[in-house]
Amino acid sequence: MHELSIVSSVVETVQESLASYPGARVVEVRLKVGALASVVVDSLEFCWGIATEDTPLARSRLVVVTVPVVMHCAHCDADVELDGVQSFRCPLCDEPCSDLRQGRELDIESYEIEEADAIEEIGVKG
Amino acid sequence: MTTRIVELRRGILKKNDELAAGLRERYAAGGVLVLNLVSSPGTGKTAFLERTLRELRQRGSKVAALVGDLETDNDAKRLAASGAPVRQINTHGICHLDAEMISKHLDGWALDELDYLFIENVGNLVCPSSYDLGEKIRVALLSVTEGEDKPLKYPTLFNSADAAVITKMDIAEPCGFDRELALKNINEIRPGIRIFETSAKTGTGMEEWLGYLGEERAGRIG
Repeated sequence: MHELSIVSSVVETVQESLASYPGARVVEVRLKVGALASVVVDSLEFCWGIATEDTPLARSRLVVVTVPVVMHCAHCDADVELDGVQSFRCPLCDEPCSDLRQGRELDIESYEIEEADAIEEIGVKG
Repeated sequence: MTTRIVELRRGILKKNDELAAGLRERYAAGGVLVLNLVSSPGTGKTAFLERTLRELRQRGSKVAALVGDLETDNDAKRLAASGAPVRQINTHGICHLDAEMISKHLDGWALDELDYLFIENVGNLVCPSSYDLGEKIRVALLSVTEGEDKPLKYPTLFNSADAAVITKMDIAEPCGFDRELALKNINEIRPGIRIFETSAKTGTGMEEWLGYLGEERAGRIG
C-alpha cells in the first residue's frame, strides 16, 4: 500500500545524486529488498512508471533483488538462512531464533546512467 | 555508448530513519517511555488505550497519546475523555504514521513532564512496520475475532514487535478462539515475545500489562 511513497523516495534520492552527472539519463535502478521489508515487488514495479514520469529516470528499468531472512542461531552459533517467513526456527537444529541479521533491507544499491554525449547521439537518431 | 554505474548503497527510508533516531534521543532525554501500537482496524486499539491511559493516570503517572487515522478526530475525543493530553494525526489517505508526522505533532509538548507517550498507529498491519517512530516498544495487537493465524499472515509486523497484546479476551469463548494456537503462532514468528491476554471491557490482563509498562519505564530511566 505504501509502495508509491517508497518508489517516490527512490526517485528523489537518485535525482539528488544525479546532480553530479549533468545531462545523464538513468537506464536502470537496482534495489535490495529483504523478505521482511513488507513491500510488494510487483507494486514497486507498477508504481515505477508513474513515479519516474517527467524525470531523468523516465523509461528506466527497475531491478529488485530480494534477499532472504538470515538469523543468528545461538544454539548452533551460526548465521542461518530461512526458507520463508512463516517460522523463525533454525533450519539446522529447529530451535527458535530471535536474532535477525538480514531480511529487513529496503535499500537503493546502485543506478546506471548514460552519459550526456551518448544521450545526444540517441537524440540525433531519434 | 558511455554508461556508468553509480553505487549508492543507502536505505530508501533513510530520511525517516534519521528523523526517528532524533526522536529516540529526545524521548530518552525527556525520560519518557514511548510505545507504538499497531493492529488491523477494529482490533480495539483505542479501547485498550483508553483503559491504559485511565488506569495509568489513576496511579499518578503522566501520560499522553498521539492517535493516527486517515480521517476524523473521533479516536482523539474518546481518548481525551481519560483526561490525558491527546492529539489526533489525520494522514488523509496515507496508510501509516511516519517520524515527520510525529515530530510535527509533538510540538509544544514538554516530553520531560511525561512518563509515557502512546502512539496509536493507523489501523494497518503492513505499512506501519516499515516506519520507525523512534519508539522503545512496538506493540502488535490482535483480537480474538481475527483468527489465530494473523501472525503468520503478517509476519513482518509481528516479527518487528517487542510485545504482543491479545484483545477482547472476554468474548474469546463465543468466538471459538483457540488460545493455544494463537500463542504458538505468535511465538513461531517472534520467539520469546511477551504476550498479554487482555480485555479492556472487563480489565482482564490489564494488571500484568501495566506492570510490564512500569518495569520497562524503570529500565528506561535506570
